[in-house]
Amino acid sequence: MEFCGGHTHTILRYGIRQLVPKTVEMRSGPGCPVCVTATADLDKAIALAHLPDVIITTFGDMIRVPGSYSSLQQAKAEGADVRIVYSTIDAIDIAEANPEKSVIFIGIGFETTAPTIAASILKAQQEKIENFYVLSLNKLTPPVMKALLDSGELKLDGIIGPGHVSVIIGSHPYEFIPRDYGVACVISGFEPLDILLCIDKLAEQIEKGEPKVEIAYPRGVRPEGNRKAWQLTENVFEIGEANWRGIGIIPQSGLKIRGKYERFDADKAFSVSLKPPREPKGCRCGDIIRGAAMPLECKLFRKVCTPESPVGPCMVSSEGACAAYYQYGAL
Amino acid sequence: MCLAVPVKIVSIDGDDAETEIAGVRRRVSIALTPEAKVGDYVLLHTGYAIGVIDEAEAEETLKLLEEIASLSEVH
Repeated sequence: MEFCGGHTHTILRYGIRQLVPKTVEMRSGPGCPVCVTATADLDKAIALAHLPDVIITTFGDMIRVPGSYSSLQQAKAEGADVRIVYSTIDAIDIAEANPEKSVIFIGIGFETTAPTIAASILKAQQEKIENFYVLSLNKLTPPVMKALLDSGELKLDGIIGPGHVSVIIGSHPYEFIPRDYGVACVISGFEPLDILLCIDKLAEQIEKGEPKVEIAYPRGVRPEGNRKAWQLTENVFEIGEANWRGIGIIPQSGLKIRGKYERFDADKAFSVSLKPPREPKGCRCGDIIRGAAMPLECKLFRKVCTPESPVGPCMVSSEGACAAYYQYGAL
Repeated sequence: MCLAVPVKIVSIDGDDAETEIAGVRRRVSIALTPEAKVGDYVLLHTGYAIGVIDEAEAEETLKLLEEIASLSEVH
């Protein structure tokens, strides 16, 4: 299983599924932050957008994802101020330029992105920007890998580890995968040849019956990761439960803003009332996120659900498995 | 979302750096990689450098990748 949606896209785009022997079956994992954002959390972001004097800032993929009853894009069409940003730095700039508004950043992402959100909170504190808030939906990768392995739904032989998450957290947090589950784990870069190299290393480990954690992306990943970035993250966030689409609540799998920075916490600063979430009918994103179904097994795929008119997040996000299968037409 | 691209640092001003890739320049934050120096390649993710690329390792991998590429040409 390739954990990361970026790997899924490289694999599909360069026809790697067709290149490898038929004995190698590849499954896409939950490594798409937009896709794993729970519908209830998305509904909250949309409700926040409708509050008066609020500007929502978000990474681009989020705005088209359908929530239970609306989307951020629809909220924007209805008059809400929703802005796409490339970086938390842009969100801070928007807060500075609009002191009379509350600027909320929708904080999605894994360990790769969490330090950049932590840095933005520290910057807001340092520069006394009092109208900047973060809705923290950040998630952690090792706990969801553990949840997938515990479920026993898939019999995985190997995991292609996420390259850029590992730039931050290093390779040690994955040691439990070979140790407790006997599953090989090789961290890969994002070039097509990086992935072939990674598959080769995985196959070698599996053949020898010696599963371990290996780094096949040493130009970017060191075993200890980027300690400075992770210390900064731990200073701002504490670990708590998180709600994952298609999986549910996983304990210790999310990042919550610590009490000392709670004035930046959108969850504490704003209250919205929400109707119970509902999933789009027939959409199998939840199964696809877990690797339990392939996009082509979803009845909506390509017929009802397309990138122009997506039903679920896996078709919206540039990292979603459905978007990759749609775009590169793999079988 | 976890997309990161290598960019080269041209100059540094405190926590910010001017970087370049394929002729395009961009100002990025190096708050997460204080060890980054002018001339280093860093991995750029959502406006922040998240890691410094190890040039020796990059060259090693390039050699390995070239080997794989030449193998696939033979067959």
